[in-house]
Amino acid sequence: MKLEMTQEQTLITGMVRKFVREEIVPLELNLDPDADELAPADRDRLVEKTREMGLYGLGIPAEYGGPDIDLMTSTLIAIEMSQHRAGLYAPCYGTFGGAGLAQLFEATDEQKEKYLFPTLRGEKRGFFGLSEPSGGSDPARAIQTKAERDGDQWIINGGKLWISGADKADYGLVFARTDKDKGRNGVTCFIVDTDNPGFHVRRVVHTLRSAHYATELQFEDMRIPHSNILGEVNKGFAIASQRLTRQRIPYAAGCLGVAIKAQEMALEYVPQRETFGAPLSSRQAIQWMLVDNEIDIKQATWITLEAAAKADNGESFRKEAAMAKLVATEAGGRVVDRCMQMFGGLGVAKDLPLERWFREMRIRRIGEGPSEVQRHVIARELLGESLR
Amino acid sequence: MAVRLTKDWITTGEALDRLKGNLGVFQLANAQHEVMFIGFAGGKSQFGLKSEVAAALEKHSDIAAVRFEITTAYHTRYRELLMAHVADHNTLPKYNEQITLGRLSPS
Repeated sequence: MKLEMTQEQTLITGMVRKFVREEIVPLELNLDPDADELAPADRDRLVEKTREMGLYGLGIPAEYGGPDIDLMTSTLIAIEMSQHRAGLYAPCYGTFGGAGLAQLFEATDEQKEKYLFPTLRGEKRGFFGLSEPSGGSDPARAIQTKAERDGDQWIINGGKLWISGADKADYGLVFARTDKDKGRNGVTCFIVDTDNPGFHVRRVVHTLRSAHYATELQFEDMRIPHSNILGEVNKGFAIASQRLTRQRIPYAAGCLGVAIKAQEMALEYVPQRETFGAPLSSRQAIQWMLVDNEIDIKQATWITLEAAAKADNGESFRKEAAMAKLVATEAGGRVVDRCMQMFGGLGVAKDLPLERWFREMRIRRIGEGPSEVQRHVIARELLGESLR
Repeated sequence: MAVRLTKDWITTGEALDRLKGNLGVFQLANAQHEVMFIGFAGGKSQFGLKSEVAAALEKHSDIAAVRFEITTAYHTRYRELLMAHVADHNTLPKYNEQITLGRLSPS
Protein backbone atom coordinates (compact mmCIF):
# COMPACT_ATOMS: atom_id res chain seq x y z
CA MET A 1 0.00 0.00 0.00
CA LYS A 2 1.45 3.31 -1.09
CA LEU A 3 0.22 6.23 1.02
CA GLU A 4 1.44 9.15 -1.02
CA MET A 5 0.02 11.57 -3.53
CA THR A 6 0.66 11.15 -7.24
CA GLN A 7 2.81 13.73 -9.00
CA GLU A 8 -0.32 15.26 -10.52
CA GLN A 9 -2.06 15.46 -7.13
CA THR A 10 1.02 17.12 -5.59
CA LEU A 11 1.08 19.66 -8.41
CA ILE A 12 -2.65 20.44 -8.21
CA THR A 13 -2.82 20.72 -4.42
CA GLY A 14 0.28 22.94 -4.46
CA MET A 15 -1.39 25.19 -7.00
CA VAL A 16 -4.59 25.44 -4.94
CA ARG A 17 -2.61 26.09 -1.73
CA LYS A 18 -0.78 28.96 -3.45
CA PHE A 19 -4.10 30.33 -4.75
CA VAL A 20 -5.63 30.31 -1.26
CA ARG A 21 -2.62 31.93 0.39
CA GLU A 22 -1.83 34.52 -2.28
CA GLU A 23 -5.28 35.39 -3.60
CA ILE A 24 -7.95 34.60 -0.99
CA VAL A 25 -6.29 35.27 2.38
CA PRO A 26 -5.07 38.81 1.47
CA LEU A 27 -8.61 39.79 0.36
CA GLU A 28 -10.01 38.57 3.67
CA LEU A 29 -7.92 41.10 5.56
CA ASN A 30 -10.27 43.81 4.31
CA LEU A 31 -13.54 41.90 4.59
CA ASP A 32 -15.85 41.71 7.57
CA PRO A 33 -14.81 38.67 9.65
CA ASP A 34 -18.21 37.09 8.99
CA ALA A 35 -18.31 37.88 5.27
CA ASP A 36 -19.28 35.15 2.83
CA GLU A 37 -18.89 36.97 -0.49
CA LEU A 38 -16.14 38.74 -2.39
CA ALA A 39 -16.67 42.01 -4.23
CA PRO A 40 -17.95 41.11 -7.73
CA ALA A 41 -14.79 42.43 -9.44
CA ASP A 42 -12.55 40.31 -7.19
CA ARG A 43 -14.74 37.27 -7.71
CA ASP A 44 -14.71 37.63 -11.51
CA ARG A 45 -10.93 38.07 -11.52
CA LEU A 46 -10.39 34.96 -9.42
CA VAL A 47 -12.85 32.87 -11.43
CA GLU A 48 -10.72 33.70 -14.48
CA LYS A 49 -7.69 32.41 -12.56
CA THR A 50 -9.31 29.14 -11.60
CA ARG A 51 -10.37 28.69 -15.24
CA GLU A 52 -6.75 29.25 -16.29
CA MET A 53 -5.71 26.66 -13.69
CA GLY A 54 -8.12 24.21 -15.36
CA LEU A 55 -9.95 23.70 -12.08
CA TYR A 56 -13.16 25.65 -12.60
CA GLY A 57 -16.29 23.54 -12.22
CA LEU A 58 -15.00 21.01 -9.72
CA GLY A 59 -17.43 18.11 -9.46
CA ILE A 60 -18.76 18.55 -12.98
CA PRO A 61 -18.19 15.38 -15.03
CA ALA A 62 -15.73 15.77 -17.91
CA GLU A 63 -18.46 15.04 -20.50
CA TYR A 64 -20.25 18.17 -19.28
CA GLY A 65 -17.13 20.34 -19.49
CA GLY A 66 -15.74 19.93 -15.98
CA PRO A 67 -12.14 19.08 -15.11
CA ASP A 68 -11.47 15.36 -15.36
CA ILE A 69 -10.68 14.82 -11.68
CA ASP A 70 -11.44 11.80 -9.51
CA LEU A 71 -13.00 12.06 -6.06
CA MET A 72 -9.66 11.40 -4.32
CA THR A 73 -8.06 14.40 -6.04
CA SER A 74 -11.09 16.63 -5.49
CA THR A 75 -11.05 15.65 -1.81
CA LEU A 76 -7.37 16.68 -1.59
CA ILE A 77 -8.31 19.95 -3.32
CA ALA A 78 -11.22 20.49 -0.90
CA ILE A 79 -8.81 20.11 2.02
CA GLU A 80 -6.72 22.95 0.58
CA MET A 81 -9.66 25.14 -0.43
CA SER A 82 -11.04 25.48 3.08
CA GLN A 83 -7.82 26.81 4.64
CA HIS A 84 -8.99 30.38 5.12
CA ARG A 85 -11.42 32.27 7.36
CA ALA A 86 -14.60 31.63 5.35
CA GLY A 87 -13.33 28.28 4.13
CA LEU A 88 -15.68 25.98 5.98
CA TYR A 89 -18.92 27.15 4.36
CA ALA A 90 -17.62 29.37 1.54
CA PRO A 91 -14.43 27.67 0.33
CA CYS A 92 -12.56 30.16 -1.87
CA TYR A 93 -15.85 32.12 -2.01
CA GLY A 94 -17.13 29.90 -4.80
CA THR A 95 -14.43 30.91 -7.26
CA PHE A 96 -13.90 27.28 -8.29
CA GLY A 97 -17.53 27.03 -9.39
CA GLY A 98 -19.19 23.71 -8.74
CA ALA A 99 -21.47 21.07 -10.05
CA GLY A 100 -24.58 22.58 -8.52
CA LEU A 101 -27.13 19.86 -7.98
CA ALA A 102 -25.46 16.65 -9.12
CA GLN A 103 -28.84 14.88 -9.25
CA LEU A 104 -29.60 16.80 -12.44
CA PHE A 105 -27.02 14.76 -14.33
CA GLU A 106 -29.68 12.04 -14.20
CA ALA A 107 -32.44 14.36 -15.43
CA THR A 108 -34.35 14.06 -18.73
CA ASP A 109 -32.92 15.87 -21.75
CA GLU A 110 -35.63 18.52 -21.47
CA GLN A 111 -34.86 19.06 -17.77
CA LYS A 112 -31.15 19.25 -18.51
CA GLU A 113 -31.74 21.97 -21.13
CA LYS A 114 -33.88 24.00 -18.76
CA TYR A 115 -31.99 23.53 -15.48
CA LEU A 116 -28.67 21.70 -15.69
CA PHE A 117 -26.94 23.42 -18.59
CA PRO A 118 -27.83 26.99 -17.48
CA THR A 119 -26.53 26.04 -14.01
CA LEU A 120 -23.24 24.77 -15.41
CA ARG A 121 -22.92 28.01 -17.41
CA GLY A 122 -23.42 29.98 -14.18
CA GLU A 123 -26.74 31.42 -15.37
CA LYS A 124 -29.03 29.66 -12.90
CA ARG A 125 -28.81 28.56 -9.29
CA GLY A 126 -30.57 25.72 -7.57
CA PHE A 127 -31.26 24.63 -4.00
CA PHE A 128 -31.78 21.23 -2.36
CA GLY A 129 -35.02 21.09 -0.36
CA LEU A 130 -35.19 18.01 1.83
CA SER A 131 -35.32 18.85 5.57
CA GLU A 132 -38.55 19.92 7.21
CA PRO A 133 -39.47 21.31 10.64
CA SER A 134 -40.45 17.73 11.53
CA GLY A 135 -36.86 16.54 11.06
CA GLY A 136 -33.96 16.22 8.69
CA SER A 137 -32.14 13.07 9.72
CA ASP A 138 -34.95 10.69 8.88
CA PRO A 139 -36.41 12.23 5.74
CA ALA A 140 -38.25 9.07 4.74
CA ARG A 141 -40.56 9.50 7.71
CA ALA A 142 -40.23 13.20 8.45
CA ILE A 143 -41.34 14.54 5.07
CA GLN A 144 -44.82 15.95 5.52
CA THR A 145 -44.88 18.23 2.49
CA LYS A 146 -47.57 16.71 0.28
CA ALA A 147 -47.93 16.56 -3.47
CA GLU A 148 -51.28 15.59 -4.97
CA ARG A 149 -51.81 14.88 -8.63
CA ASP A 150 -54.27 17.00 -10.61
CA GLY A 151 -54.22 15.97 -14.26
CA ASP A 152 -50.86 16.85 -15.77
CA GLN A 153 -49.89 18.82 -12.68
CA TRP A 154 -49.05 18.23 -9.04
CA ILE A 155 -50.17 20.54 -6.24
CA ILE A 156 -47.60 20.87 -3.46
CA ASN A 157 -48.39 22.13 0.03
CA GLY A 158 -46.08 22.23 3.03
CA GLY A 159 -42.73 23.68 3.98
CA LYS A 160 -39.02 23.14 4.33
CA LEU A 161 -36.50 24.26 6.93
CA TRP A 162 -32.70 24.69 7.00
CA ILE A 163 -32.56 25.24 3.23
CA SER A 164 -29.46 27.07 1.98
CA GLY A 165 -29.57 29.32 -1.06
CA ALA A 166 -33.31 29.15 -1.72
CA ASP A 167 -33.71 32.93 -1.56
CA LYS A 168 -31.25 33.42 -4.42
CA ALA A 169 -32.14 30.33 -6.43
CA ASP A 170 -33.97 30.12 -9.74
CA TYR A 171 -35.17 26.59 -9.03
CA GLY A 172 -34.84 23.86 -6.46
CA LEU A 173 -35.25 20.16 -5.88
CA VAL A 174 -38.16 19.71 -3.49
CA PHE A 175 -38.94 16.34 -1.95
CA ALA A 176 -42.61 15.76 -1.23
CA ARG A 177 -44.76 12.86 -0.07
CA THR A 178 -46.78 11.38 -2.89
CA ASP A 179 -47.96 8.28 -1.04
CA LYS A 180 -48.59 8.57 2.68
CA ASP A 181 -48.59 4.84 3.31
CA LYS A 182 -45.32 3.89 1.66
CA GLY A 183 -42.66 5.48 3.90
CA ARG A 184 -39.42 5.98 1.99
CA ASN A 185 -41.11 4.57 -1.13
CA GLY A 186 -43.70 7.33 -1.08
CA VAL A 187 -41.42 10.34 -1.68
CA THR A 188 -40.98 12.09 -5.03
CA CYS A 189 -38.45 14.72 -6.13
CA PHE A 190 -39.87 17.76 -7.98
CA ILE A 191 -37.94 20.48 -9.81
CA VAL A 192 -39.58 23.69 -8.64
CA ASP A 193 -39.19 27.16 -10.18
CA THR A 194 -38.84 29.80 -7.48
CA ASP A 195 -40.95 32.31 -9.43
CA ASN A 196 -43.93 30.00 -8.93
CA PRO A 197 -46.65 32.04 -7.14
CA GLY A 198 -47.01 29.30 -4.51
CA PHE A 199 -43.32 29.42 -3.54
CA HIS A 200 -42.35 31.56 -0.55
CA VAL A 201 -39.10 32.14 1.34
CA ARG A 202 -40.53 33.12 4.71
CA ARG A 203 -37.44 33.92 6.76
CA VAL A 204 -33.72 33.62 7.29
CA VAL A 205 -32.86 31.11 10.00
CA HIS A 206 -30.09 32.69 12.07
CA THR A 207 -27.55 30.23 13.39
CA LEU A 208 -23.93 30.14 14.49
CA ARG A 209 -23.00 30.09 10.83
CA SER A 210 -22.01 33.30 9.07
CA ALA A 211 -22.01 32.13 5.47
CA HIS A 212 -24.76 30.59 3.39
CA TYR A 213 -27.53 31.16 5.89
CA ALA A 214 -30.46 28.80 5.96
CA THR A 215 -34.03 29.75 5.09
CA GLU A 216 -37.54 28.54 5.85
CA LEU A 217 -39.78 27.84 2.85
CA GLN A 218 -43.52 27.57 2.50
CA PHE A 219 -45.43 26.07 -0.42
CA GLU A 220 -49.05 27.12 -0.91
CA ASP A 221 -50.95 25.27 -3.64
CA MET A 222 -47.77 25.28 -5.70
CA ARG A 223 -48.64 23.76 -9.10
CA ILE A 224 -45.80 21.83 -10.74
CA PRO A 225 -46.03 20.13 -14.14
CA HIS A 226 -45.68 16.35 -14.14
CA SER A 227 -42.71 16.78 -16.50
CA ASN A 228 -40.81 18.43 -13.63
CA ILE A 229 -40.53 15.21 -11.65
CA LEU A 230 -36.89 14.21 -11.35
CA GLY A 231 -36.64 10.47 -11.76
CA GLU A 232 -39.82 8.55 -11.05
CA VAL A 233 -42.86 9.04 -8.85
CA ASN A 234 -42.22 7.59 -5.36
CA LYS A 235 -38.51 7.06 -6.13
CA GLY A 236 -37.28 10.38 -4.74
CA PHE A 237 -35.77 8.98 -1.59
CA ALA A 238 -33.06 7.15 -3.52
CA ILE A 239 -32.07 10.47 -5.13
CA ALA A 240 -31.84 12.13 -1.71
CA SER A 241 -30.00 9.24 -0.14
CA GLN A 242 -27.36 9.03 -2.88
CA ARG A 243 -26.65 12.73 -2.51
CA LEU A 244 -26.37 12.52 1.27
CA THR A 245 -23.81 9.71 1.10
CA ARG A 246 -21.57 11.31 -1.52
CA GLN A 247 -21.75 14.75 0.10
CA ARG A 248 -20.22 13.42 3.33
CA ILE A 249 -16.73 13.17 1.83
CA PRO A 250 -16.20 16.82 0.76
CA TYR A 251 -17.99 17.83 3.97
CA ALA A 252 -15.32 15.94 5.94
CA ALA A 253 -12.55 17.39 3.76
CA GLY A 254 -13.61 20.96 4.56
CA CYS A 255 -13.31 20.24 8.29
CA LEU A 256 -9.88 18.73 7.76
CA GLY A 257 -8.61 21.80 5.92
CA VAL A 258 -9.68 24.10 8.71
CA ALA A 259 -8.14 21.79 11.35
CA ILE A 260 -4.86 21.69 9.42
CA LYS A 261 -4.78 25.49 9.15
CA ALA A 262 -5.62 25.97 12.85
CA GLN A 263 -2.85 23.57 13.83
CA GLU A 264 -0.40 25.38 11.53
CA MET A 265 -1.29 28.69 13.21
CA ALA A 266 -0.77 27.18 16.67
CA LEU A 267 2.58 25.67 15.67
CA GLU A 268 3.76 29.11 14.54
CA TYR A 269 2.42 30.86 17.64
CA VAL A 270 3.47 28.78 20.62
CA PRO A 271 7.26 29.06 20.15
CA GLN A 272 6.92 32.88 20.05
CA ARG A 273 4.50 33.43 22.92
CA GLU A 274 6.22 33.54 26.32
CA THR A 275 4.68 32.94 29.74
CA PHE A 276 6.58 33.06 33.02
CA GLY A 277 9.87 33.46 31.15
CA ALA A 278 9.56 30.55 28.74
CA PRO A 279 7.85 29.98 25.40
CA LEU A 280 4.48 28.24 25.46
CA SER A 281 5.96 25.48 23.32
CA SER A 282 8.15 24.39 26.25
CA ARG A 283 5.05 23.57 28.35
CA GLN A 284 3.97 19.96 28.31
CA ALA A 285 0.30 20.96 28.48
CA ILE A 286 0.71 22.81 25.17
CA GLN A 287 2.81 20.07 23.59
CA TRP A 288 0.15 17.50 24.35
CA MET A 289 -2.54 19.65 22.77
CA LEU A 290 -0.44 19.87 19.61
CA VAL A 291 0.15 16.12 19.67
CA ASP A 292 -3.53 15.36 20.13
CA ASN A 293 -4.32 17.73 17.25
CA GLU A 294 -1.85 15.98 14.99
CA ILE A 295 -3.30 12.56 15.79
CA ASP A 296 -6.86 13.82 15.25
CA ILE A 297 -5.91 15.30 11.88
CA LYS A 298 -4.05 12.20 10.69
CA GLN A 299 -6.81 9.79 11.70
CA ALA A 300 -9.51 11.88 10.06
CA THR A 301 -7.42 12.39 6.91
CA TRP A 302 -6.87 8.69 6.29
CA ILE A 303 -10.47 7.76 6.96
CA THR A 304 -11.68 10.49 4.58
CA LEU A 305 -9.25 9.55 1.84
CA GLU A 306 -10.16 5.87 2.18
CA ALA A 307 -13.81 6.76 1.61
CA ALA A 308 -12.85 8.74 -1.52
CA ALA A 309 -10.68 5.88 -2.79
CA LYS A 310 -13.51 3.37 -2.37
CA ALA A 311 -15.92 5.65 -4.22
CA ASP A 312 -13.40 6.07 -7.06
CA ASN A 313 -12.99 2.29 -7.27
CA GLY A 314 -16.72 1.85 -7.64
CA GLU A 315 -16.98 0.02 -4.31
CA SER A 316 -19.67 0.59 -1.71
CA PHE A 317 -18.56 3.52 0.43
CA ARG A 318 -21.60 4.23 2.58
CA LYS A 319 -19.90 3.08 5.79
CA GLU A 320 -16.61 4.83 5.01
CA ALA A 321 -18.35 8.10 4.05
CA ALA A 322 -20.29 8.05 7.32
CA MET A 323 -17.08 7.36 9.25
CA ALA A 324 -15.30 10.21 7.45
CA LYS A 325 -18.12 12.64 8.22
CA LEU A 326 -18.28 11.53 11.86
CA VAL A 327 -14.55 11.51 12.55
CA ALA A 328 -13.57 14.65 10.61
CA THR A 329 -16.31 16.86 12.05
CA GLU A 330 -15.61 15.76 15.62
CA ALA A 331 -11.82 15.87 15.22
CA GLY A 332 -12.04 19.27 13.54
CA GLY A 333 -14.04 20.62 16.46
CA ARG A 334 -11.52 19.34 18.98
CA VAL A 335 -8.55 20.74 17.05
CA VAL A 336 -10.04 24.21 16.69
CA ASP A 337 -11.04 24.18 20.37
CA ARG A 338 -7.50 23.28 21.49
CA CYS A 339 -6.01 25.93 19.21
CA MET A 340 -8.30 28.56 20.73
CA GLN A 341 -7.08 27.48 24.14
CA MET A 342 -3.44 27.89 23.09
CA PHE A 343 -4.10 31.36 21.68
CA GLY A 344 -5.92 32.45 24.86
CA GLY A 345 -7.86 35.72 24.55
CA LEU A 346 -6.72 36.22 20.97
CA GLY A 347 -8.29 32.89 20.09
CA VAL A 348 -11.80 34.07 20.91
CA ALA A 349 -11.42 37.50 19.25
CA LYS A 350 -12.58 38.24 15.72
CA ASP A 351 -8.99 39.29 14.92
CA LEU A 352 -8.26 35.63 14.14
CA PRO A 353 -10.39 33.16 12.17
CA LEU A 354 -10.48 30.68 15.05
CA GLU A 355 -13.68 32.05 16.60
CA ARG A 356 -15.53 31.76 13.27
CA TRP A 357 -14.21 28.23 12.73
CA PHE A 358 -15.22 27.32 16.28
CA ARG A 359 -18.82 28.45 15.69
CA GLU A 360 -19.12 26.96 12.23
CA MET A 361 -17.35 23.71 13.11
CA ARG A 362 -19.95 23.09 15.82
CA ILE A 363 -22.62 23.02 13.14
CA ARG A 364 -20.69 20.39 11.19
CA ARG A 365 -21.46 17.78 13.85
CA ILE A 366 -25.15 18.32 13.12
CA GLY A 367 -25.41 19.32 9.45
CA GLU A 368 -25.61 16.63 6.73
CA GLY A 369 -26.66 14.10 9.36
CA PRO A 370 -25.53 14.42 13.00
CA SER A 371 -22.82 12.23 14.52
CA GLU A 372 -25.43 9.92 16.04
CA VAL A 373 -27.01 9.27 12.63
CA GLN A 374 -23.57 8.52 11.16
CA ARG A 375 -23.04 5.96 13.94
CA HIS A 376 -26.47 4.54 13.12
CA VAL A 377 -25.49 4.23 9.43
CA ILE A 378 -22.21 2.54 10.34
CA ALA A 379 -23.97 0.14 12.74
CA ARG A 380 -26.46 -0.82 10.01
CA GLU A 381 -23.62 -1.48 7.60
CA LEU A 382 -21.86 -3.63 10.21
CA LEU A 383 -24.91 -5.56 11.36
CA GLY A 384 -26.71 -5.78 8.05
CA GLU A 385 -30.35 -6.33 7.28
CA SER A 386 -31.19 -7.48 10.81
CA LEU A 387 -31.27 -3.84 11.93
CA ARG A 388 -33.30 -2.41 9.06
CA MET B 1 -37.74 36.08 16.20
CA ALA B 2 -39.67 38.55 14.05
CA VAL B 3 -38.33 39.09 10.55
CA ARG B 4 -38.89 42.83 10.68
CA LEU B 5 -37.22 45.00 13.32
CA THR B 6 -39.91 45.80 15.88
CA LYS B 7 -37.95 47.73 18.52
CA ASP B 8 -39.19 51.21 19.45
CA TRP B 9 -37.77 54.18 17.59
CA ILE B 10 -35.65 56.51 19.73
CA THR B 11 -34.22 59.94 18.95
CA THR B 12 -30.74 60.23 17.50
CA GLY B 13 -29.49 61.91 20.66
CA GLU B 14 -30.87 59.17 22.88
CA ALA B 15 -29.36 56.54 20.58
CA LEU B 16 -25.89 58.03 20.74
CA ASP B 17 -26.24 58.19 24.50
CA ARG B 18 -27.50 54.62 24.92
CA LEU B 19 -25.52 52.72 22.30
CA LYS B 20 -22.43 50.79 23.33
CA GLY B 21 -19.76 48.83 21.49
CA ASN B 22 -21.94 45.77 20.77
CA LEU B 23 -22.24 44.01 17.45
CA GLY B 24 -25.65 44.36 15.85
CA VAL B 25 -27.94 45.89 13.26
CA PHE B 26 -29.72 49.23 13.10
CA GLN B 27 -32.21 51.25 11.11
CA LEU B 28 -32.25 55.01 10.62
CA ALA B 29 -35.52 56.81 9.84
CA ASN B 30 -36.76 60.29 8.98
CA ALA B 31 -39.27 62.19 11.09
CA GLN B 32 -42.12 60.15 9.59
CA HIS B 33 -40.37 56.94 10.66
CA GLU B 34 -39.71 55.89 7.08
CA VAL B 35 -36.62 53.69 7.05
CA MET B 36 -33.85 55.53 5.19
CA PHE B 37 -30.87 53.30 5.96
CA ILE B 38 -30.16 49.83 7.32
CA GLY B 39 -26.69 49.15 8.66
CA PHE B 40 -24.72 46.84 10.88
CA ALA B 41 -21.85 46.93 13.31
CA GLY B 42 -19.61 44.00 12.47
CA GLY B 43 -16.32 42.55 13.55
CA LYS B 44 -14.35 45.43 12.07
CA SER B 45 -16.34 48.22 13.76
CA GLN B 46 -14.10 50.18 16.07
CA PHE B 47 -16.77 50.81 18.71
CA GLY B 48 -19.57 48.59 17.49
CA LEU B 49 -23.06 50.04 17.13
CA LYS B 50 -22.03 53.29 18.80
CA SER B 51 -19.46 54.21 16.16
CA GLU B 52 -21.40 52.79 13.19
CA VAL B 53 -24.58 54.70 14.04
CA ALA B 54 -22.59 57.87 14.74
CA ALA B 55 -20.82 57.58 11.39
CA ALA B 56 -24.10 57.02 9.53
CA LEU B 57 -25.73 59.98 11.28
CA GLU B 58 -22.85 62.23 10.23
CA LYS B 59 -23.48 61.33 6.59
CA HIS B 60 -27.22 61.94 6.57
CA SER B 61 -28.73 65.10 8.00
CA ASP B 62 -32.42 64.15 7.61
CA ILE B 63 -32.37 61.32 10.15
CA ALA B 64 -34.62 61.76 13.17
CA ALA B 65 -34.95 58.30 14.67
CA VAL B 66 -32.91 55.19 15.32
CA ARG B 67 -33.69 51.64 16.36
CA PHE B 68 -31.27 48.80 16.83
CA GLU B 69 -30.89 45.16 17.75
CA ILE B 70 -27.83 43.71 19.45
CA THR B 71 -26.88 40.46 17.77
CA THR B 72 -23.76 38.49 16.95
CA ALA B 73 -25.58 37.22 13.84
CA TYR B 74 -25.28 40.73 12.39
CA HIS B 75 -24.30 39.49 8.95
CA THR B 76 -27.37 37.34 8.28
CA ARG B 77 -29.71 39.68 10.19
CA TYR B 78 -28.54 42.66 8.09
CA ARG B 79 -29.34 40.80 4.89
CA GLU B 80 -32.68 39.65 6.24
CA LEU B 81 -33.69 43.22 7.13
CA LEU B 82 -32.71 44.45 3.66
CA MET B 83 -34.67 41.63 1.99
CA ALA B 84 -37.70 42.30 4.19
CA HIS B 85 -37.54 46.00 3.27
CA VAL B 86 -37.41 45.15 -0.42
CA ALA B 87 -40.36 42.77 0.05
CA ASP B 88 -42.39 45.56 1.70
CA HIS B 89 -41.34 48.52 -0.47
CA ASN B 90 -39.99 47.04 -3.70
CA THR B 91 -36.78 48.95 -3.20
CA LEU B 92 -33.86 49.31 -0.83
CA PRO B 93 -33.85 52.13 1.72
CA LYS B 94 -32.86 55.47 0.17
CA TYR B 95 -29.30 55.54 1.52
CA ASN B 96 -28.39 51.87 1.07
CA GLU B 97 -26.15 50.99 -1.85
CA GLN B 98 -27.30 48.35 -4.29
CA ILE B 99 -26.14 44.85 -3.35
CA THR B 100 -27.07 41.37 -4.51
CA LEU B 101 -29.84 40.06 -2.30
CA GLY B 102 -32.06 37.03 -2.17
CA ARG B 103 -35.84 37.23 -2.34
CA LEU B 104 -37.88 37.03 0.82
CA SER B 105 -41.67 37.03 1.18
CA PRO B 106 -42.25 37.25 4.93
CA SER B 107 -45.74 36.52 6.23
